[in-house]
Amino acid sequence: MREGPAHSASPLGPVTSRAFGVYVHVPFCAVRCGYCDFNTYAPGETEGATREGYVEAALAEIALSRAHMSGDTRQVSTVFFGGGTPTMLDTDALTAMLAAIDGAWGLAPGAEVSTEANPDSVTPESLVRLASAGFTRVSFGMQSAVPHVLATLERTHDPRNVERAVAWARAAGLAVSVDLIYGTPGETLEDWRTSLEAAIALEVDHVSAYALVIEPGTKMGVQLRRGQIEPTDPDTQADMYELADELLGAAGFDWYEVSNWARSAAQACRHNLGYWRGDDWWGIGPGAHSYLGPRPDAPARRWWNVKHPRAYAARLADGRSPEAEHEELTTEQVLVEDVMLRVRLAEGLSVATLSQEGRAQVAPLAADGLIDRDQAACGTVVLTRRGRLLADAVVRAVTP
Amino acid sequence: MPVDPRIDPAATAPDLIRNFCIIAHIDHGKSTLADRMLQCTGVVDQRQMRAQYLDRMDIERERGITIKSQAVRMPWTVEGEPIALNMIDTPGHVDFTYEVSRSLAACEGAVLLVDAAQGIEAQTLANLYLAMENDLAIIPVLNKIDLPAADPDRYAAELAGLIGCDPEDVLRVSGKTGHGVEALLDRIVRDIPAPVGEEDSPLRAIIFDSVYDTYRGVITYVRVVDGHLNPRDKIVMMSTRATHELLEIGVISPEPTVTKGLGVGEVGYLITGVKDVRQSRVGDTVTHAGAPATTSLGGYRDPKPMVYSGLYPIDGSDYPILRDALDRLKLNDAALLYEPETSVALGFGFRVGFLGLLHLEIVRERLEREYDLALISTSPNVVYRVEMEDGSEYTVTNPSEFPTGKVGIVHEPMVRATVITPSEYIGTVMDLCQQRRGTMDAMDYLSEERVEMRYRLPMAEIVFDFFDMLKSRTRGYASLDYEPQGEQAADLVKVDILLQGEQVDAFSAVVHKDAAYAYGVAMVSKLKELIPRQQFEVPIQAAVGSRIISRETVRAIRKDVLAKCYGGDISRKRKLLEKQKEGKKRMKNIGRVEVPQEAFIAALNTSDDLAAKAEKKK
Repeated sequence: MREGPAHSASPLGPVTSRAFGVYVHVPFCAVRCGYCDFNTYAPGETEGATREGYVEAALAEIALSRAHMSGDTRQVSTVFFGGGTPTMLDTDALTAMLAAIDGAWGLAPGAEVSTEANPDSVTPESLVRLASAGFTRVSFGMQSAVPHVLATLERTHDPRNVERAVAWARAAGLAVSVDLIYGTPGETLEDWRTSLEAAIALEVDHVSAYALVIEPGTKMGVQLRRGQIEPTDPDTQADMYELADELLGAAGFDWYEVSNWARSAAQACRHNLGYWRGDDWWGIGPGAHSYLGPRPDAPARRWWNVKHPRAYAARLADGRSPEAEHEELTTEQVLVEDVMLRVRLAEGLSVATLSQEGRAQVAPLAADGLIDRDQAACGTVVLTRRGRLLADAVVRAVTP
Repeated sequence: MPVDPRIDPAATAPDLIRNFCIIAHIDHGKSTLADRMLQCTGVVDQRQMRAQYLDRMDIERERGITIKSQAVRMPWTVEGEPIALNMIDTPGHVDFTYEVSRSLAACEGAVLLVDAAQGIEAQTLANLYLAMENDLAIIPVLNKIDLPAADPDRYAAELAGLIGCDPEDVLRVSGKTGHGVEALLDRIVRDIPAPVGEEDSPLRAIIFDSVYDTYRGVITYVRVVDGHLNPRDKIVMMSTRATHELLEIGVISPEPTVTKGLGVGEVGYLITGVKDVRQSRVGDTVTHAGAPATTSLGGYRDPKPMVYSGLYPIDGSDYPILRDALDRLKLNDAALLYEPETSVALGFGFRVGFLGLLHLEIVRERLEREYDLALISTSPNVVYRVEMEDGSEYTVTNPSEFPTGKVGIVHEPMVRATVITPSEYIGTVMDLCQQRRGTMDAMDYLSEERVEMRYRLPMAEIVFDFFDMLKSRTRGYASLDYEPQGEQAADLVKVDILLQGEQVDAFSAVVHKDAAYAYGVAMVSKLKELIPRQQFEVPIQAAVGSRIISRETVRAIRKDVLAKCYGGDISRKRKLLEKQKEGKKRMKNIGRVEVPQEAFIAALNTSDDLAAKAEKKK
């Protein structure tokens, strides 16, 4: 699963050593799920957050960002449409935005172009049209194969639609991934096994499995506070993670990031790898985050757009940046983030990038079984299965 | 207000002087009555009057208790004859029995002040006995007779029974309205004997209080017994043999007023320029350096801490502030004793000796309030004397230093406790005292409904949760007083608390053998709830020596990772990490186990509750 040494380059290295990706945030959903705290809007949730205004504004932001990056000759390695539900937009809107990105920066040869999709909002035709427009990959929000779990999550799709959608996507020549969620209130280990087995039976290329985090501002957060639902015990979530790694591994998937498994290194989501490797990316759309790493003349910068689609569109209609806030990162912060993100990857983190104190922790962590002993001996920090479940503790141990 | 020259300070004949104190329970209205006396005698006018003039410190004012006594001189005229009244204020709490005894020694009489709605309380009773042993004239007074709940007839009978007078002789006053206060002043003049002393003998004056003042240094309050104190005399403290030059002599009326001296029977203050109350100790006898008295007035005792506790700054970098703060408090508190101590669990701090739980709480509160310190205190403990089999002996002021090995006899301090309770709770109180290893000395009915019970109890039991239990089992009606009384040999053991095999010094306790198991189980299960899960399993054990008496396990944490970490999550996650790292710095390491300071505070919290409740002895 490991790629070449180019990826263990220092986050402070030359700009050209970093890949450049574009993320497009599509803030629309048919309904809002009970656990969702993303910046997304279901019909009726917001006045004037129209899809038409959105596409126009997003195209404007693409033009504006290209102008901002004039002088940067890098082409776009990866594009990712996320949300929300990008497939709530019609296919023409998606392909128009992709074309605009290609026109602005140029898509690099072999560029990865992904979109998230709801199994209910695709057709064989729409998937073919996406593929022919340059999309290479689709990620379906499957979440679970168990009806009571889907009901708790307030997912409206029929589990049988997933199977159909995956088949259409494969027929269209797209690489396919499914997202799963574990630890939903009421979900048993056996329920989870059912979902994993269903995902494996789909013969997809890639699986993401996320522990459900109930955020305070969500509907589920309220239910939790009122005692209407019970939070899942973290030990049960750990059991579920271990089961996922077990079953997916047995089915030929390798983990390449804490929550992500792929059939081969080539099937890993390169766009998301960019986040964990400290690459540069521009986030288009309301509430989207962007990051440009350190350059000779400027510190690393992260910023995020105004959240509301109408405010976002208004800014761009005025020719202004939709940026809401930003932060400039110190060298120390860049290094800390580098450790925090890379440690999640199977390709690991070079021991050489750690501080002296951090390096001193490597042997004890290996002795505790949190990082792989052999890899550590060869100068790379790679988490064991147990270590993946305690990744934050490992990060605390090796960062200053 | 012009004062009759016959009662000018330094020139008042002893027979025109009356020295008295007020014995009262907290909240029975002593300060209000004292204020009213200041007003009636014209020492303080209405406008100057601030409520409870005599209690100076904020803490005292808030708690309605008097810690430091002072003396006020008030003129009063009876049948055309001017009289100088010296009212010596006494501390009202159990921890300050010795200070009370010295205040009593400076008086010829005492006003026994009792709330007409509540009757006499245990501490008042103890002080009353002390006054009677000192042959003081007692004037029984019921206060707050204006209250609707007042039952003066009933409590007058109770007081009459106690001091052996006629219920008709019990005065009835209201400090609030002023009713009966003038009659009380007249009665003081009539019933309390004038002081007697030898004017021509060498000077002997008793120190009954000593207060540090930032600007003046130590202000020493004295009562002259024999001879005459003159400005610029050279004086000597008879117990310490320390010599001082007098810089100022005066009386308080109610502000300090310089005088030409103090004669036989007079009460006033002196300033020598010393900076530490240890150089001018309560109970000591002052005499002239040039012509010293041969014998002191007697009764001097070094203050002896009875209760110890470790005080630690929550923020370790506050240690120097804590040290300086203790150094400053010491200037005004001869009973405060401390030495540096290091705890594995709590870092750098001090082991501090106190007269009792209230003293502890007052010191702690002053440190927190006046020096802006956040402190953890370990559970208060008493002092043990441990004789080893090989004949060596240890004095243990910190349970974690209790000797191991061949322990011979352990001696623990004892108290003589007085409980006053409604008679329906006699059985309850007996049960409690028995559980706490007490033995009954005597029981007397104060009236049909109220009983005075006297017990001998280990002080450690009092310091633990005795008072709480007494209050809860008697629905708040019982009151308690105690004073140290010797020691006894007892079957005591040290219980240690171990985290993953490492002893946590702050949690060690010396307890009776029969209570060791209960302490161990309680502490271990409490810690189990407080110690966060680590990456490995953490056994929590209670042990007596090498024998484990209780065990719980904190299971290893299995999941400590955020599932997602994409674009928008990164800043948030970095900030979370920074916060966690900050929190980690505040963790204390016991071996490999990281324990948040909050866990120690919470585990030690019973001590706070205890001290807080001890303070509520009202």
